[in-house]
Amino acid sequence: MANIFTSSIGKKLIMSITGAFLILFLTFHMIMNGALVFSDEAYDAIVNFLGANWYALIGTVILAAGVAFHFIYAIILTLRNRKARGTIRYAVAKKEPGVEWTSKNMFVLGLVIVLGLCLHLYNFWYNMQWVEITGQHVNSLGYSPKEGAVMVRELFAQPCYVIIYIIWLLGLWFHLTHGVWSMLQTVGWNSKIWMKRLKCISYVIATIVVGGFVLTAVILYIQSLM
Amino acid sequence: MNFTLKIWRQENAKAKGRFETYEVKGISADTSFLEMLDILNNNLIHEGKDPVAFDHDCREGICGMCSLHINGEAHGPDTEITTCQLHMRKFHDGDTITIEPWRSAAFPVIKDLVVERSAFDKIMQAGGFISVNTGGVPDGNATPISHADAEESMDAAACIGCGACVATCKNGSAMLFVAARVSSLAKLPQGKVETLTRAKNMIAKMDELGFGGCTNTRACEAECPKGISISHIARLNRKFLKAKFKD
Repeated sequence: MANIFTSSIGKKLIMSITGAFLILFLTFHMIMNGALVFSDEAYDAIVNFLGANWYALIGTVILAAGVAFHFIYAIILTLRNRKARGTIRYAVAKKEPGVEWTSKNMFVLGLVIVLGLCLHLYNFWYNMQWVEITGQHVNSLGYSPKEGAVMVRELFAQPCYVIIYIIWLLGLWFHLTHGVWSMLQTVGWNSKIWMKRLKCISYVIATIVVGGFVLTAVILYIQSLM
Repeated sequence: MNFTLKIWRQENAKAKGRFETYEVKGISADTSFLEMLDILNNNLIHEGKDPVAFDHDCREGICGMCSLHINGEAHGPDTEITTCQLHMRKFHDGDTITIEPWRSAAFPVIKDLVVERSAFDKIMQAGGFISVNTGGVPDGNATPISHADAEESMDAAACIGCGACVATCKNGSAMLFVAARVSSLAKLPQGKVETLTRAKNMIAKMDELGFGGCTNTRACEAECPKGISISHIARLNRKFLKAKFKD
């Protein structure tokens, strides 16, 4: 088993496992965000719990490390696979019938996700959890790091941010529609019968997770108009 | 029918290749693509020029020799066929047809449209066989095999080793080829005994020879002339991971 990860299937297994971390991370995050739609106090309580509780912090770090590893390893594998393709490209390339655009552009979608993530980390994580971890009492926006709900509501009151976040989340949706079934295919859980089912499951998971994020952003914007 | 052909010409493996343009005229719609290339070569020989080198053998879709990337598709514009089964009626009169060799680091060009596919033989030598001592012929009914298993095995065994999967895969991966070999044997009583070591050895050789990894795009399945499903890749993944966890 020692050299499992030196093989091409082992390397893909790493992408599957770390991809599962991404799905878990997103699911927890989406549920947490949903609390804000119903109650600012509930959301702030979760923010405070995650910021102050070391077990929650360690859990977050492990999940985030898995996601970071997924990004970095994607770059390594993409470069390796490009090398295997050879130096001369086809002069004429046609889309193969039945092949989804998403499946061939996971790396590009990944870049969109990372770019959006940088903005997201600055908007929220840096001004909330990081400020709390470093023991500061006021963040760059002039709020206490415990006032998560106010900061989120302020951001999503701006339509440009709502649009940017929806575009980012759309990239994530496409990524997950391929990523979920691909993850299961890599670990060998697929067959001719299950192929359609797994693709359906992928679309359902991607739509629930990403739909949850989009709905939260849109509802917060609508609430800001009231 | 008249066609303009843009064909990749390359003197040898080390020479720099380039596209050259040729005109072929008066081609019957029922001419096969390879026959059309034969006509072109006949014309080139009469003109004292070097004919175009391309692979072909049985010309009935079972040997896997004819390759060619035609207008951006392995084996040209049709599904589940090899190039020898492609006919000029699939094109329009006056069309410009671009013909390229398979492009993959593991399949270097030897000359013009001919590529070196012996990497597949090396993968087969690494485990694509059953290690049995031959003895007397057993009774046909002595080893029952379910119809479903026999069908699954035969579907995978339909692989002709043409390399269209590698040529089409954006990663130059040979996973569909290896999966077909492993899967066809894994579903049969004699073959399944060595499934785990076969999966390990064939994947190790595939990686060593410079093929890329699978990213589940399904392009290989779409262009496979025998319609081999990526569900066989799932079986290969399963067997390979099981073998590695047992080590």
